[in-house]
Amino acid sequence: MSLLRETYAVAWADLRFMRHHLPDIAVSTLMSPLLYVLVFGYGLASYMTGDGTPYLAIVIPGIAAMTTLSSSFSSTAARLQVQRLFYSCFDEMMLCPISTPAMVLGKAVMGVIRGMLGSMAILCIGLALSPGLILSPLLVACMLLSCLTFSFLGIATALISKSHQGMTTINNLVILPMTFLCGTFFSVSSMAPAIKAALFVFPLSHSTEAARAAALGWEFPWLSLLALCAFCAAFFILDVHLVRSKKS
Amino acid sequence: MSCENVIEIKGLVKRYGSKTVVNGLTMSVREGEIFGFLGPNGAGKTTTLRVLTTLTDFSEGTVSVGGHDVAREPKEAKAIIGLIQQQISLDKDLTVRENMMQHAIMHGIPAAERRERIERLSKFIGLGEYMGSMINSLSGGWKKRVAIVCALVHEPKILFLDEPTVGLDIQTRRLIWDLIRKLNRGGTTVFLTSHYIEEVEALCETVGIIDKGNLIAFGTPRELRERVGSSTVEYPGEDHKTVYRHFSSREEANRFASETRGAAVTIRDTSLEDCFVALTGKTVEGGA
Repeated sequence: MSLLRETYAVAWADLRFMRHHLPDIAVSTLMSPLLYVLVFGYGLASYMTGDGTPYLAIVIPGIAAMTTLSSSFSSTAARLQVQRLFYSCFDEMMLCPISTPAMVLGKAVMGVIRGMLGSMAILCIGLALSPGLILSPLLVACMLLSCLTFSFLGIATALISKSHQGMTTINNLVILPMTFLCGTFFSVSSMAPAIKAALFVFPLSHSTEAARAAALGWEFPWLSLLALCAFCAAFFILDVHLVRSKKS
Repeated sequence: MSCENVIEIKGLVKRYGSKTVVNGLTMSVREGEIFGFLGPNGAGKTTTLRVLTTLTDFSEGTVSVGGHDVAREPKEAKAIIGLIQQQISLDKDLTVRENMMQHAIMHGIPAAERRERIERLSKFIGLGEYMGSMINSLSGGWKKRVAIVCALVHEPKILFLDEPTVGLDIQTRRLIWDLIRKLNRGGTTVFLTSHYIEEVEALCETVGIIDKGNLIAFGTPRELRERVGSSTVEYPGEDHKTVYRHFSSREEANRFASETRGAAVTIRDTSLEDCFVALTGKTVEGGA
């Protein structure tokens, strides 16, 4: 089988899972970003930033980027962890003649779909509320790369954590701080150099910067896109290594 | 039956840190036979089975399955093997049919064949009415039947079964035995680990006994009986413990029995369980 066919073969079960739980998935994907839009965006809609950009226009791309993290990461990590630790069906996958890269790519598909659905829904709402936003191919590409990166991170987390509690700990130590510190509600670039350097250690900062620039027609931070590509590649390589190490 | 070896293990060593679980195991299984792998708990049976099915790496040695080195050609080896694990390893968020379809798709079975194979196997195993049910709504025995169809959907040449009938009712156990025999008649080589000696006795042409990671006996059940002694005398010993003595002929057993003082002396053919206990010094459950 080709890499594409193998990837589809791995993703097939997750797509069926999505079909069984469509209403739950829609609610869980959209609820938290919609609340953020309502509280931080619409509530402060009349506020302007220093350069005259409406705060709502600033915050919408940030929330869209954050949605790629929360949806892609949690959906991939939760399902794989359940399959590995509770259903033991991860072994069944390992028994099939599927290459490891295809296995990793296949497990990321559901995260990418859910992340894209959530972030695109937020951006569409944003377009209606703030006409200054631009839904460009570059923005869609940034969201896609972001979803893939955080899906790979979710796979790594599910493979590393040895229990449900372990996963909760990673969530609280890595994901939650990223949600609030990586520029969802402010521009990382406007921070003091030391803080900026620290925040750019996290992939979500690059995702937010790139999404905001693409959505507002600002000068595009190509370095952030490059950094996001590097994170994506690094997480993918880590996933391949972790899947292979599950045999020892 | 072909005499070609489809499973070849040479000097297999598996260590977990400083602990050696399999210690230089060398053995082979011929094409078309039903092979039984016995050993007390923790003897290295499941580890060996996981190595053979590519699920676990090993420390030393060479292992080939169907002519494919499992370390160098795992993908080719996976294509020709099926595994029915001791624990149920199905995706409980999917239906019975979806679990089977998933296995078929992951084994690259063409779309036109998938449905036909799944329907045929499900019908044979009596799953027809449950095909649309979610896995969680089934009892343990039915889940095992689903796992069997999943393991067979790509028509493996070699079928591995790890304690396939543990915890199942008699009806399902018999059905699995019949299925194993039927598959074997169709040319499938079967590698089976089991706690149930009677299961191994009923099904297997060749038996290997492993203890503390070492293969301590290998041969047909008859060869193993002859090695221990084909006749057994059973009589009460001290502290109400039953004593078992094995003899190479019934005459020797009779002679010994007549010399033994005590009422409850039984003379019988040596069973595979007697061989197991005599060779390992333990019961199948691992007790001494």
